[in-house]
Amino acid sequence: MSATPVLALRGVSKRFGAVQALTEVELEVHAGEVVALVGDNGAGKSTLVKTIAGVHPIDEGAIEWDGKTVSISKPNDAQNLGIATVYQDLALCDNIDVVGNLYLGREIRKRGVLDEVEMERRSRELLDTLSIRIPSVRIPIASLSGGQRQVVAIARSMLGEPKLVILDEPTAALGVEQTAQVLDLVERLRERGHAVILISHNMADVKAVADKVAVLRLGRNNGTFEVKTTSQEEIISAITGATENAVTRRAARTTGEIKK
Amino acid sequence: MSIDKTSTPAENSADQVAVENPDAAAAAVTAVDPRLLVREQGLAGYIGEFKRKMKAGDLGSLPVVVGLLIIWAIFASLNSNFLTAGNFSDMSVAMVGTGMIAVGIVFVLLLGEIDLSVGSVSGVAGAAFAVLSVTHGMNEWLAMLLAVLTGTVAGAIHGFFFARIGVPAFAVTLAGLLFWNGFMLQVLGANGTINIDPEGVVAKLTGYFFADVAAAYGLAVVAVVGYFLNAYFDNRRRAAVGIPSRPLSEIIVRTVLLAVVAFAVAIVFNQYKGLPLAVLIFVVVLLVTDFVLRRTAYGRKVFALGGSVEASRRAGINVTAVRISVFAISGTFAAIGGLFITSKIASANQGAGAGDLLMNAIAAAVIGGTSLFGGRGRTWNALLGVLVIISIQYGLALQGVASPVQYMITGGVLLVTVVIDAITRKTQKTAGRA
Repeated sequence: MSATPVLALRGVSKRFGAVQALTEVELEVHAGEVVALVGDNGAGKSTLVKTIAGVHPIDEGAIEWDGKTVSISKPNDAQNLGIATVYQDLALCDNIDVVGNLYLGREIRKRGVLDEVEMERRSRELLDTLSIRIPSVRIPIASLSGGQRQVVAIARSMLGEPKLVILDEPTAALGVEQTAQVLDLVERLRERGHAVILISHNMADVKAVADKVAVLRLGRNNGTFEVKTTSQEEIISAITGATENAVTRRAARTTGEIKK
Repeated sequence: MSIDKTSTPAENSADQVAVENPDAAAAAVTAVDPRLLVREQGLAGYIGEFKRKMKAGDLGSLPVVVGLLIIWAIFASLNSNFLTAGNFSDMSVAMVGTGMIAVGIVFVLLLGEIDLSVGSVSGVAGAAFAVLSVTHGMNEWLAMLLAVLTGTVAGAIHGFFFARIGVPAFAVTLAGLLFWNGFMLQVLGANGTINIDPEGVVAKLTGYFFADVAAAYGLAVVAVVGYFLNAYFDNRRRAAVGIPSRPLSEIIVRTVLLAVVAFAVAIVFNQYKGLPLAVLIFVVVLLVTDFVLRRTAYGRKVFALGGSVEASRRAGINVTAVRISVFAISGTFAAIGGLFITSKIASANQGAGAGDLLMNAIAAAVIGGTSLFGGRGRTWNALLGVLVIISIQYGLALQGVASPVQYMITGGVLLVTVVIDAITRKTQKTAGRA
């Protein structure tokens, strides 16, 4: 793993009027690493993601990209850096086929005319490299299942070759097999060297694919855990605030040593 | 298609979900997803695909084509004059005015919106042309251009209030319906009716026929050959980069179908006065608009807005600009349609753009198969729909049926179409294709 994280948040704070949404939050994501961002409702997960995606500029602290401090004040800034965000509502057009959705807003043109052949070829290539199975790239999104739509939305975010992909609850409202498909895809993103931030409420998903778990509680860091050496209960108690931050970390360390 | 890659992900998925639900996980290890639409190559695959689409309620233009044939059969059996070349030629010329307006309506319907002002705007265009060219003696070409631009501006104004201010399109264009109708009456003045120059450009729009038989046949040949070459080379390119292409047999079947229709129409026109200029212009307009909607980035944006405004905005599409432009297009085609109607009746009068024109134009777009809910449709739908409407009008007129009954029957046909649309949408939903 590279020494410099792709993205690092240093003491990021964000305030909405009287509400302190984020207080001095720290977060590091390395290339080829899946960081799960967990926390209860209102813990600040979405706000944190939106500050990274440029929807809400930060008030205090710094965002470092490849070790350099950058300012992300609008969504375009984030996109230009190489940050792709897949929001919960997938923002796909039901009536347009898979190829059209993948290239929506960045169509490949040849002499001013849509180059459907080239777009279809590249779409197939992209879906193949991500091992995404869908019936056909020429059927409307409406024909796809929820899981298939999710993988199409994620594939769409991959078109710009982003360094960091943020997935906002990609497995919420998905069935068992569809969830597995999405998790497979997350693993493939990691294998290809992308950094991934995964927001999830589902501990099983987190345990399945994440390398690290960053817990937010009431807008503050409440511990960062190595998934392999941490039990589900420890993460949950960090989310709910049942344990002290330092104690959890210590417990995580000792159980890790015992297992070895 | 990546069906052969199923085994690895399926096994992985079983491992991961085993934590929460071992039973379901075991069931999840299926070899090939049975829902995959694997299409056989060759003609068999084409027929299979066609059957599957029919079952899934993906009827396309089939109901309206069948309906049109039934209507023609009924009127032909009632009156031997209906299926004559003369009647057919008259209908083809008469339909162009409403058809042009319907083309603009298709654009607006693709957004999932409605434009109620097109009838009045078409009246304004006719009046503006007549006043400029006849009363003020302006050059007819210039007057035509200004009349069409009037429509563009009117549409853009509607679009501005809809897209920028956020007034529902229904309300804006309803206001437009009243305003432009008043504007037309004002422009026409006390006199009320202005006859246009019977030898002028606008009169020729519907009055000119290419008497030479070569014109109609030539157009048919160009259409058939052009279609075939386009499909053939597109396919060659697809095959060259290794993505699924249509079998040659399918292209040939389609080309033969097109050839049969094109030459039948050409023969009918040539039995009367020859290829009408109005029909030629209409076909060119349909080709161009269809190309714009399906092959350009702009058209993709229109469809995207009809599918999901939020998705379009996030994809970086300028929603306001596209909306205004679509209403401007609708106004433009309304004005063009208005000129054709003025040409047909050889005058601009106070009744222009009133009556059933608006409803016929919207009905034509919908009967042709454009969805009222946005995101689905083609401008060719306008041609099919307006053919149905004009056939009913002419057929009933030949029978001497009065216009009250005509209205009721046209209304009934519209209802049937919308019912078919609703039912096929349901079937499509259950088949997972809508």
